[in-house]
Amino acid sequence: MPTQDEIYSKVSATLVEALNVDEEDIKPTSTLQGDLGAESIDFLDIVFRLEREFGIKIPRGELFPESIFQGDPELVQDGRVTPKGLEELRSKMPFADLTKFEENPEVGNLSNLFTVDLIARYIQGKLENGQN
Amino acid sequence: MRWIWIDRFVDFQSGKSARAVKNLSLAEDHFGDHFPGYPVMPAALILEGLAQTGGILVGEANNFQEKVVLAKIPRAVFHREMVAGEQLIYEAEILNLRQEGASVQARVLVGGQVTAEAEIFFAHLDQARSKQIFGDGNFVFRGEMKYLLERMTGSKDRTGGPAGTAGG
Repeated sequence: MPTQDEIYSKVSATLVEALNVDEEDIKPTSTLQGDLGAESIDFLDIVFRLEREFGIKIPRGELFPESIFQGDPELVQDGRVTPKGLEELRSKMPFADLTKFEENPEVGNLSNLFTVDLIARYIQGKLENGQN
Repeated sequence: MRWIWIDRFVDFQSGKSARAVKNLSLAEDHFGDHFPGYPVMPAALILEGLAQTGGILVGEANNFQEKVVLAKIPRAVFHREMVAGEQLIYEAEILNLRQEGASVQARVLVGGQVTAEAEIFFAHLDQARSKQIFGDGNFVFRGEMKYLLERMTGSKDRTGGPAGTAGG
């Protein structure tokens, strides 16, 4: 089982390859889309590389849920995620740190959840659960 | 200009790998400009040929039910220029294949020497959405793209025939 640091540095190397960014630009809090310029197709590339790097399987929608809400009015109202929606997020993405998002749960802020740290936490959880 | 940048398949392992031939003929229009008196195959067209080799490989793996589109090339390295008169072998091997898309490792060989390498990423266009935009037909795999593969399968059958038959 790799240490937290080992996981982080492998995740970081994966992002350097997938997003063609410099390693020094990658920080734990960097957001994939906003800070590192990831586009939708890059998410699949990242998934492929992580699977290879860590020898794990990442089912569709597990790390990057594409459509948690799909315009469901119970989960999103007036562009904001409802308490029920937050509950849904917590259950689908237990590896996400929602503290900041909960302060201003606008749908537009969802992409900020996807940070380098989030990927590292996801991988760690996956490895701990014996997915390796 | 005809947008088909491989001449024929010489090997095709469904869902695994494909090898195609591209002969660089001085008669190709682009050599007139790229460059006058020095006919270098544009790297972008080599990548297109690799992507067509890999794209057909990926498409065939799902029986051409998905619209496979070139999504990104995370890495491409060219070791030397390739010029008119040379025969390029394009090889593609599937690295990943799943519902949302696929990636292949591809390379070019000339006379057994690796002259270029690339990793190519394909997306499967979301069926529902692509129908809205493009209609029901599979605009990616039609006409010559499929012909190439059928020709390969056909020629394979013919090689099993008695030696010395006409043709060549």
